Amino acid sequence: MPAFRIAAVLGLPLIGFKLVDQSGGEGLATRWPDLGAAIAIVFMGRFALSMIAEGATLSALAIGAGAVIAAILVPWPSVFLNVIALGGAALIVLRAAYGLAGPRPVAVIGAWVKPAGRLAPWALIVFALSLPLFGDRYVLDSATRITTYVMLGWGLNIVTGLAGLLDLGYAAFFAIGAYVTAILGAGFGLSFWECLPLAAAAAAASGVLLGFPVLGLRGDYFAIVTLGFGEIIRIVANNWRSLTNGSQGVGGVPHLNFFGLADFTANPANGHPSFSQMFGVPYRPIQRVVFLYYVILALALAVNLFTRRIRVLPIGLAWEALREDEIAAQALGVDRRRVKLAAFAIGAAWGGVAGAFFATQQGFVSPESFGFIESVMITAIVVLGGMGSQLGIVLAAILIIGLPEFFRFMQEYRQLVFGAAMVAIMRFRPRGLIATRRPSVTSR
Amino acid sequence: MALPAVGAAMLEIENVSAAYGPVRALDGVNLNVGMGEIVTLIGANGAGKTTLLMTICGRPSAKAGRIKLKGQDITALPTHRIAALGVAHAPEGRHIFARMSVRENLQLGATLAAPANFARNLDRVLTLFPRLAERIDQRGGTLSGGEQQMVAIGRALMAEPDLLLLDEPSLGLAPLVVRQIFAAIGQINRERGTSILLVEQNAHHALALAHRGYVLVAGEIALEGKAADLAVNPQVRDAYLGG
Ligand SMILES: Nc1ncnc2c1ncn2[C@@H]1O[C@H](COP(=O)(O)OP(=O)(O)OP(=O)(O)O)[C@@H](O)[C@H]1O
Ligand SMILES: [Mg+2]
Repeated sequence: MPAFRIAAVLGLPLIGFKLVDQSGGEGLATRWPDLGAAIAIVFMGRFALSMIAEGATLSALAIGAGAVIAAILVPWPSVFLNVIALGGAALIVLRAAYGLAGPRPVAVIGAWVKPAGRLAPWALIVFALSLPLFGDRYVLDSATRITTYVMLGWGLNIVTGLAGLLDLGYAAFFAIGAYVTAILGAGFGLSFWECLPLAAAAAAASGVLLGFPVLGLRGDYFAIVTLGFGEIIRIVANNWRSLTNGSQGVGGVPHLNFFGLADFTANPANGHPSFSQMFGVPYRPIQRVVFLYYVILALALAVNLFTRRIRVLPIGLAWEALREDEIAAQALGVDRRRVKLAAFAIGAAWGGVAGAFFATQQGFVSPESFGFIESVMITAIVVLGGMGSQLGIVLAAILIIGLPEFFRFMQEYRQLVFGAAMVAIMRFRPRGLIATRRPSVTSR
Repeated sequence: MALPAVGAAMLEIENVSAAYGPVRALDGVNLNVGMGEIVTLIGANGAGKTTLLMTICGRPSAKAGRIKLKGQDITALPTHRIAALGVAHAPEGRHIFARMSVRENLQLGATLAAPANFARNLDRVLTLFPRLAERIDQRGGTLSGGEQQMVAIGRALMAEPDLLLLDEPSLGLAPLVVRQIFAAIGQINRERGTSILLVEQNAHHALALAHRGYVLVAGEIALEGKAADLAVNPQVRDAYLGG
């Protein structure tokens, strides 16, 4: 069956009709122009691809170029179709150009991959550090959100990537850190900086508490128990009203201050100087946003450096050894329980720190923020990133957290793009975006 | 803890039985390894040789009988505690860490050794197996079979063990490499006085190297004696030395 006919059959119910609210209930609206445009796109795309297959590459290039122009000029019925048309046309042009250029581009690209791979982390850091120079409030808020997930990914990476423990309830530690900070902050006036170590300690302690009885379990069973633990923490937060205020959450968490020296308000009431007075700069509300961003960036980089350090220490090697071959590792004297417990506690502590940040940044904490889907997101970031690759985790976090954000203009279709991206990654890079493991030490 | 007397037993296995669920793999095995001795254990496929070495390491743990190391009862200890008492195991199938470099494999071997001795021990292993020095940053999984065996033995040596358990170190290796490996085993024993329990199918080489030997048949010790005597024993010749 030709592609455009499949498109017509599938598109009829998917695109052709739309459920709408009408005065007397719900009704169906038709979207024939959308359907027609979608079929046209599929038809043209299929046509161009067959021409390339037949060897008529030049004609395909012409069609592609025409389609690009059409995609820009034609008033498409929806933004979504516009993007699809433009993307599809661009792909056809690329594919045709690639066909014309022959196999040479592969070698050229290949020669660039290695040095680019080495430079990428530094480029990313420079980019991240300079982001406040050109980003507005929306960009910085998004970047803060993404960086929080990068930190969570790097924290979970210690447990899952290094020690090989599939933890499906990591958001629990995030929640514990957040609640400790919210309760101590709102109830006792402790600042973020004072809460930070307490949040880490509380999360680590709960990690030990959970890990102790279950670390003996094998992979899948272990994952299921952690999943349950994640739910338990959320349910406790929901029901222990006297402590957590239930589903209404804890509000009034003190705002982040400048290392306890200055506040980010125009005229602080608590006797602190304001940040702008302290540095003699005009007051602007975005100063707080920028500082929040730099704090989470610093915390995330701290996890990164910590992981780098610990990987080459005996405990880090033992984690990886246990992940690779448990029996051999034990025969070499690795105490499986203790070593795994350490991984679990350390990973939990970093999750708690991220939670502390989250509470301060939001000023409000409720059980909703720590559902199962949160754990799934973090685990997905680590798995898609390539289990153990810190750079891969950054890319995955940008993709998973940033992509839906970026495609916000596509409204309901963005979850589709998100899902497609996940499927595509697992199809083409089944071991994650960056699957190679670098040795912890090299002699040269 | 008093030092054991010279000539005392390194390893004493008394009436040990082991099973995998209902499958009985060892039945009342008695075996000794003296200080500084090389003892070989030969037997057909499925006789229980690997099981015996694994039982010494505590998995599966012995169902009956006792295992003593330097006089201390280790029968019920977990694997890592047994390792900490001086037992190193180069297991069947090598079990090296495939994604980790040769150096990292050797580092992991040194988990129990004093960190101060690391450089010296690494140097010794690389002198024993110069091939590993050339491949120190290569991933374990990409090494040849012989090189992997060298890593497995080298990794065990990094722990400075008193007792070295070797499970078919010659398996699947070319004759020249087999000779190299056996020469290295002899050297380890001579230079450091390490006691060695060597499981082998290659009875010819094993009996030439070992001081004493045991023959395991269907989970029971069928024969034991001086290696030189076993090598000329008609039963052994027929069954394990190809007549
Ligand atoms: N994990 C296991 N579960 C069940 N049975 C096992 C297991 N491991 C070994 N066995 C059985 O125990 C018996 C002894 O096995 P073992 O591996 O000790 O033999 P082996 O002497 O080392 O043989 P080979 O020379 O082939 O390595 C065999 O019958 C084997 O099938
Ligand atoms: Mg065997």
